[in-house]
Amino acid sequence: MKNDLCKKTAHELSSLLKKGEISSVEIVDSVFSRIEAAEDKVKAFVSLNRDRAIEAARAADKLIKSGDNTDPLCGIPVAIKDNMCTRGIATTCSSKILANYLPPYNAEVVDRLSAIGVPFPGKTNLDEFAMGSSTENSGFHSTRNPWDLKAVPGGSSGGSAAAVAADETIAALGSDTGGSIRQPAAFCGVVGLKPTYGRVSRYGLVAFASSLDQIGPITKDVTDAALIMNAIAGYDAKDSTSVNVPVPDYRSVLVNNAKKFRIGIISELVGKGIDEDVKNAVKEAARVLEKLGAIVEEVSLPTFEYACPTYYIIAPAEASSNLARYDGVKFGHRSKEAPDLLTMYYNTRREGFGAEVKRRIMIGTYVLSAGYYDAYYLKALKARTLIKNDFNKAFERFDALISPTAPSVAFKAGEKVSDPLAMYLSDIATIPINLAGVPAISLPCGFSNGLPVGLQMIGEAFAEEKLFQLAYTYEQNTEWHKRKPSL
Amino acid sequence: MKIDVDHVAKLARLGLTEEEKKLYGGQLARILDYAETLNNLKTEGIEPTTHAIPMKNVMREDAVHPFGDPAAIMANAPQEESGMFLVPRIVE
Repeated sequence: MKNDLCKKTAHELSSLLKKGEISSVEIVDSVFSRIEAAEDKVKAFVSLNRDRAIEAARAADKLIKSGDNTDPLCGIPVAIKDNMCTRGIATTCSSKILANYLPPYNAEVVDRLSAIGVPFPGKTNLDEFAMGSSTENSGFHSTRNPWDLKAVPGGSSGGSAAAVAADETIAALGSDTGGSIRQPAAFCGVVGLKPTYGRVSRYGLVAFASSLDQIGPITKDVTDAALIMNAIAGYDAKDSTSVNVPVPDYRSVLVNNAKKFRIGIISELVGKGIDEDVKNAVKEAARVLEKLGAIVEEVSLPTFEYACPTYYIIAPAEASSNLARYDGVKFGHRSKEAPDLLTMYYNTRREGFGAEVKRRIMIGTYVLSAGYYDAYYLKALKARTLIKNDFNKAFERFDALISPTAPSVAFKAGEKVSDPLAMYLSDIATIPINLAGVPAISLPCGFSNGLPVGLQMIGEAFAEEKLFQLAYTYEQNTEWHKRKPSL
Repeated sequence: MKIDVDHVAKLARLGLTEEEKKLYGGQLARILDYAETLNNLKTEGIEPTTHAIPMKNVMREDAVHPFGDPAAIMANAPQEESGMFLVPRIVE
């Protein structure tokens, strides 16, 4: 039985820990036996650290034994996406340019989890610098989907989502700039939440597109996501975009009740361009919510089709600026061919960055360059206002909006690598949410050809509690989240 | 659309091979064509949004906070001398 601990949720393990029936060391052992069995196939991690995890688990066991009122996550292993800084532990962003980077400090989220006794089994794989939708852009190796090893896990937090789905960790942190938590969560059949922009500190999250990036949980169910949010949400003076709004106890809002909940199903995302099976699963989920007393109506967001082009101007623009810091001077890779400063920059960046990162730096540099700024960048910022206005208008009528998380289930590895635009379009359902800064959660709502379908629920800024209640209610009345891949 | 790939790569301080220039030139043109669908959207008189959540500049107290471990910063330097970052000569 103790070998099966890795299969349980954080809240199940937490009550076993508090009853003294198991120890955190046993959980970590179980997680690492699972990693030994599954990691060769899934390749979810960039690095593993069993010794540190066991050490943290021992400390957690002591804390729990001492009878202090410990956090529910005390002793529960959480994997960290490898774009969040961990002091003295390599933080690579799955990029060759940072292959040997040892951060001198912890990300705020890492500090917060560490302080309540969370062991970290390892750092998870991502598309290089979180740029991608399949984890195939990792500078080290591709991660595979535990439900079908020929399919991608989604991205960019594909390592985190695959590790949770394969029971190689109990929960994980991801980051989401245009869907990077929700789309892999959908593809891997787990729960992923992108919080409101400013809800969770970005201190120590390696920057990709700073006005869009946000850290959030990837978990086996909604309750676990609430537990992680309780631990990581809240104001941090070290992140100037962190917002000082009180954080409710997200666990206390998990009530099985959707009565009179006003839900808008986004017409643009149950129409053309979306797979039949995905559409049907989402419409069925809407019927389930209706039966539970929710009021479901279609709602149109007319600017929706402009979100993707807007995003692929704004995100690369911010990235081209953020990634200027990788110049071979203060940290990271420096080319051996560096006769003068300029050549050092050119060669360092050529050798260190992969194709997708170079592509986005080029797009971003172009749209910000003299003569093109107004036509592209400023235009996109104005489009962003209109997209945001559409959401505001919708939230005058609805408590939450629903849609598929992705237009299809997980696609095959290699299918879209040579066509960047096709890859970009796999984010059409998630991108608008980042542009508007609002929170959204993805949870499993069905299967197509043996692969999970994700249901996206979108809420108003700083109203995660409503999303949690709705997602919890749906989950309690369905069984999708209980299915596991047979690896 | 024609993009001056050499110029953009130079601005971005990216050394690209001839092959990469050809590949990215074509891909960038396609992506930017797609971005131009935004021209169908009327944006006269619309204010640009740089951050979705309204925020003002945040100032911290102008005080010195010593960083715990400067050696850990310097340990990441590709080349270092006496606590300073070493780069190729800039001025002859």
